[in-house]
Amino acid sequence: MANNTVTVSGERGSAASPIQSTRKRWWRWLSGDMILAFLVLLPSIIAVAIFIYGFIGWTFYISMSDWKSSIPDFTFVGLKNWTRLVNDRRFQMDMRNHLFYAIGFIGQCIVIGFTLATLLDQKIKGEGLFRTLFIFPFAVSGIVTGVTWQWLMQPSTGINLIFAKLGMGWFRPTWHANIEYGIWAVSIAAAWQFSGYVMALYLAGLRGIPAELREAAAIDGAGTWALYRYIIIPLLMPVTFTVFVLTGMNSIRIFDVVAALGGPGPGNSIDSLALNMFQTTFGAYRFSLGAAIGSVMMFLAIFLVVPYLMSMQRETER
Amino acid sequence: MSGTEGMSRRSFLRLLGVGTTMTVLAACAPAAAPAADAPAADAAAPAADATVADAGKLEIFSWWTAGGEVEGLNNMFEIYKRDYPDVEIINAALAAQGAGQGGEMKALLETRMIGGDPPESFQVHLGRELIDSHVVADRMEPLDDLYASEGYNDIFPADLMSVILYDGHPWSVPVNIHRSNLMWYRPSKLEAIGADAPPANWDEFFTMADALKEQGLPGIALSGTGGNGHTMESVILSVFGAEDWPKLFDGTIGWDDPRMTQALEIMNRLYDYAQPDYLSQSGADVNDVMMADDGPLLMISGDWLHGYFKSKEFTDYTWAASPGTESTYLLLSDSFGLPKGVKNRDNAVNWLKVCGSKEGQDAFNPIKGSIPARTDADPSLYDEYQLWAMEQWKTQTLVGSLQHGAAAKQSFLLDYDLALNDMVATRDVAATQAALVVAAEEAAFGQ
Repeated sequence: MANNTVTVSGERGSAASPIQSTRKRWWRWLSGDMILAFLVLLPSIIAVAIFIYGFIGWTFYISMSDWKSSIPDFTFVGLKNWTRLVNDRRFQMDMRNHLFYAIGFIGQCIVIGFTLATLLDQKIKGEGLFRTLFIFPFAVSGIVTGVTWQWLMQPSTGINLIFAKLGMGWFRPTWHANIEYGIWAVSIAAAWQFSGYVMALYLAGLRGIPAELREAAAIDGAGTWALYRYIIIPLLMPVTFTVFVLTGMNSIRIFDVVAALGGPGPGNSIDSLALNMFQTTFGAYRFSLGAAIGSVMMFLAIFLVVPYLMSMQRETER
Repeated sequence: MSGTEGMSRRSFLRLLGVGTTMTVLAACAPAAAPAADAPAADAAAPAADATVADAGKLEIFSWWTAGGEVEGLNNMFEIYKRDYPDVEIINAALAAQGAGQGGEMKALLETRMIGGDPPESFQVHLGRELIDSHVVADRMEPLDDLYASEGYNDIFPADLMSVILYDGHPWSVPVNIHRSNLMWYRPSKLEAIGADAPPANWDEFFTMADALKEQGLPGIALSGTGGNGHTMESVILSVFGAEDWPKLFDGTIGWDDPRMTQALEIMNRLYDYAQPDYLSQSGADVNDVMMADDGPLLMISGDWLHGYFKSKEFTDYTWAASPGTESTYLLLSDSFGLPKGVKNRDNAVNWLKVCGSKEGQDAFNPIKGSIPARTDADPSLYDEYQLWAMEQWKTQTLVGSLQHGAAAKQSFLLDYDLALNDMVATRDVAATQAALVVAAEEAAFGQ
């Protein structure tokens, strides 16, 4: 304690002139609005520091302790839980599932969302009705989506009946129960729910493109394809990027749809990290292992969010 | 030039400030919400207390939310309300969706227990689930005084007392007894293949199932995920017998035993006789599969299935012990205990008295489909299955269920279920047994 104080005051003393000028500026910032803003923000800052960053740190610490029963045990064991996790078949399967799910989910959301938005942007009749219809699934909870699609994807009674009626009886997939490809079926159910929201984002983006740009392109002889290829899609890149981050985050934390579809599924075919973490922590009381899974989810999220924040900053600077 | 630069920097900073504020506010929202709720709840609490004349509350956790169980629980609440009208009962029941029996309730309960804010009492499976999850963590009160004052030591059967006692003390009051190793079969399907008795062992079953297969009918109802641990425990019991069953959980018999290979091979073969689409069906769907016209000959399920069939007015069924286990009662029991540091300890103890009383058990069990843990129940209240079960209960060897928390700790149960969940996909007996051996090592049975 005492040592610290001495060092600090020493530092201050040693570099007198440059610090004084910064201090002056610092003081100016502290006056008036800034001090009020700081005070207003202070409760939030403290809450965020404790409840978000504090608990993230705590989770990471737990992941390196030996807490594996109902009795908390904070003995430091280094990377033991992490080694176990990396070698765990279920965890490996989870990582595979998240990759496939993300590809399927993000792809479907962007393609379906953009297509619907483009169609709605053609100044059609009853646009409001369609817009509401398409976005409606987003108002439904993930559990409801999962339960509904579990019925729809029953091999002998669900949507396969439609294929059979259409004379496509040979096409009889087992959907989410497929041991190899079940996770793709989960991405269909989730995309059904989320695509409407993506459509709304794209629609807002499309409406924000000035009519002059389209007219100018038309005068320059651009057809519909060229208009979209060279004007609209590039201009919508910020929206696409936002959609990518949103759907990417969803791909990392997917839990409700998987749980309602009967996760983890045969051979963990539709398991997700969040479901694994829940069962590991509260089903088996392996708190440290659960914390390690939670940390993995957080690192995956950081990979997505940091580039997003950096690009946002670049945009603001521009 | 410099002027515009200054402007842009200032506007940038302003933007940054706005951005930070938004982020902080957004990030804060979930964290702030409970904080905002807490004072409101605190403010409401004294008012509520005032209206119930200082008798306080009785908060009971359970996963009883389905038909039959809800009514049973409410019947017990009615008795409690009659005797203690001033106490406000909070029924904190949470449905068992996925994640095993009461997975969500257990998660919520765990956070409350660790946080030092336990409910007055909670439903828990008698046996290792209670012991390893709560007793060894020193979060429960021993109930010796209650057992002495209410005479439970004499009124519960001796075999059951051996499951109740840990470290020489009772830790919860059992409300009911369910049986796990039961086979529910359809006489019409037996007729279809010209058999007059249900299979007495798994060899007989496979012969019958082959005959059914020729007619295009499934032999057994199974689920793709989250339900076969139940069937498997009856298979294991049939191979090991009642005498060796407990040795699997005290370290005397290893899970690498050749008989375990045999049991896994039976299980692995059963999938070939399951209903089509079983991989798409959950444990709850399977009950309906069993009632379908093209349904299977039998399914292995606990006696809660009886109440479900009755509620659906399904009649083409009868029951027997699962193949090869006719002299053993594989039991599970729901019980209520007393957490340390509850706010209204007297209310909690009174609740346990209702749970253990003849009146309470006779109000709960007839409708739940289980039999009472007490030996002095009124037989006129129970149906034909329950009367049969009560007779069996008296004469058979009692052992604790694995799938339902009596025999082993929760972490082993999860590993066991996951190993079987892998076997559905891989159909690899050796790999499954290897996984079970690892799980048993980690569970440190007998240490």
